[in-house]
Amino acid sequence: MADILEVKDLSLHYLTRFGQKVHAVTNVSFTMKQGEILGIAGESGCGKSTLVNGLMGLFIPPLYPTGGDVLVSGESLMNRTPEDVRLNVLSQKVSMIPQGAFNALNPTRKIKDIALDVIAAHSASKKLNEKEVYARLRERFDLFGMETERILNSYPIQLTAGERQRSVIGISTLLNPKVVIADEPTSALDVTTQKVVIKMIFDLLERNIFSTMIFITHELPLLRHVAHNIAIMYAGEFVECGTSTQVVHDPRHPYTKALMGAMLSADAGQKDRKPTTIEGAPPSLAKTITGCRFAERCPNARVCEFKHKNQSMRMVGERLVRCDYVE
Amino acid sequence: MSSNIFSAKKISKFFGHGKKTVCAVNEVSFDIADGEIVSIVGGSGCGKSVLAKIMLGLYKPNGGEFLYKGKPITNTRDHWNEVQSVFQDPFGCFNQFFSIRAQLKDAFGILKNKPSKQEIEQRVDEALLAVNVKPADIEGKYPFELSGGQMQRMLLARIFALKPKVLIADEPTSMVDACVRANILDYLMKLKVELGMTIIFITHDIGLAYYVSDRIFIMHDAKIVEAGDPAEVTQNPQSPHTIKLLEDIPDINREWIKK
Repeated sequence: MADILEVKDLSLHYLTRFGQKVHAVTNVSFTMKQGEILGIAGESGCGKSTLVNGLMGLFIPPLYPTGGDVLVSGESLMNRTPEDVRLNVLSQKVSMIPQGAFNALNPTRKIKDIALDVIAAHSASKKLNEKEVYARLRERFDLFGMETERILNSYPIQLTAGERQRSVIGISTLLNPKVVIADEPTSALDVTTQKVVIKMIFDLLERNIFSTMIFITHELPLLRHVAHNIAIMYAGEFVECGTSTQVVHDPRHPYTKALMGAMLSADAGQKDRKPTTIEGAPPSLAKTITGCRFAERCPNARVCEFKHKNQSMRMVGERLVRCDYVE
Repeated sequence: MSSNIFSAKKISKFFGHGKKTVCAVNEVSFDIADGEIVSIVGGSGCGKSVLAKIMLGLYKPNGGEFLYKGKPITNTRDHWNEVQSVFQDPFGCFNQFFSIRAQLKDAFGILKNKPSKQEIEQRVDEALLAVNVKPADIEGKYPFELSGGQMQRMLLARIFALKPKVLIADEPTSMVDACVRANILDYLMKLKVELGMTIIFITHDIGLAYYVSDRIFIMHDAKIVEAGDPAEVTQNPQSPHTIKLLEDIPDINREWIKK
């Protein structure tokens, strides 16, 4: 089957006020097939959200592309004007479920009006049939078993966090996008609401409203249940890509190992187990980095002979790992 | 009695009046001893954050008696000298017009005995390192230039710099990844031993609560439905709400959701 999303050596940088370049994302490449769910995990500030902007072709200064290409079913998203991106890419090809549902909704408008705005902003035709949109909105919201009338007619502040997040998901998938990017959709929710939201996403997948999804989170156990494949990101690079079982149950890259070791669980006997910590902070991305990016914090650094060399992705037991040391 | 940091006797907090009354905390009683780590766990909207704000003196309970070290909270400024908090929404906590470092230094203004300028700089640096951020990385940066997780770490850095007697942490690590969370908890535990800090964690992450605390309160619908030793509460939950909370955690070894 043809790849629906193809990312080739994508590099992105921010230009700071002082003319300094911060290379937030470096040489990220991956492909996604129709129906695939890719999970991306990594610590805060490692470039996950920047990558999302890149994948949507949305380059709003100070973010600039350094190089590489993003193709959605064969069409490049690079070198487009923001106007073009808004009309032809967002919501139709690629749609995003934003991080904080509360900040994503205009507090002075009702949910149905926000939805109308979104449709108006992303459709090329100037004329919009309000009734048609509302009907479609009702139909979509009814699918999830939500109280459609009440939710559509209320202001964001009147809804609970879970309802808000579900409305956001409903609105962002209204135009049946080819690829959905969920950027930490559940990190601000409690576990019970999280489960409800994830169930809704699975519902949408089942009904073929969208089929390909990138799910970004820092919670690895959640990814294990949601994603088929997982990519771990560190300091702007992918460091490990593999199927979710491989990455979660048998991590190879030292950073992934550390991530897994640091998980807290409420299971018996886990209280005495000390979660592993890794000292130090990731390297500053404002400078050019030579050698292994993880070397400073790597437990193997003392014996590793490859740490001064730039690491590249290589196959280690059916998955890609950016570490020359591990077997 | 005097060794209790907080003691609450049947405190209630209502919002609104008449038919629209919303009860956020309903006749809750507890005692928190000096040097104890207590976690308050519950789903969203169960009244955890309101309880935290009562402890901070930001809300006055409508009913019942709430005491800090045996006295009711009257002067909030004096109260905040010893009791500090990490708030839930890191984006709303910093002034967008000042650089982060300036705001971290400003935080010392709340203390009665303000340390010298040099010491302030040194303590800010130490605190930043404790949350895995190199001081040079945020030099001259403004709040909008940082990501959610980084902002949350800045809030924690503020606590690590101020070193309060009592810390009320409302979802302090919801936006950071597991490694950083482990680091932060490590440092927090170190501080706890060093200063004899009392920590109140407010979280929905029962795994975190289980790991750090001496006691867990499970809250549901404005009431504390279960309280006790972490191992007891997680291994042998009595209340149906606790069981539900435990079930909903995505665990790597257990079937969580049907695809």
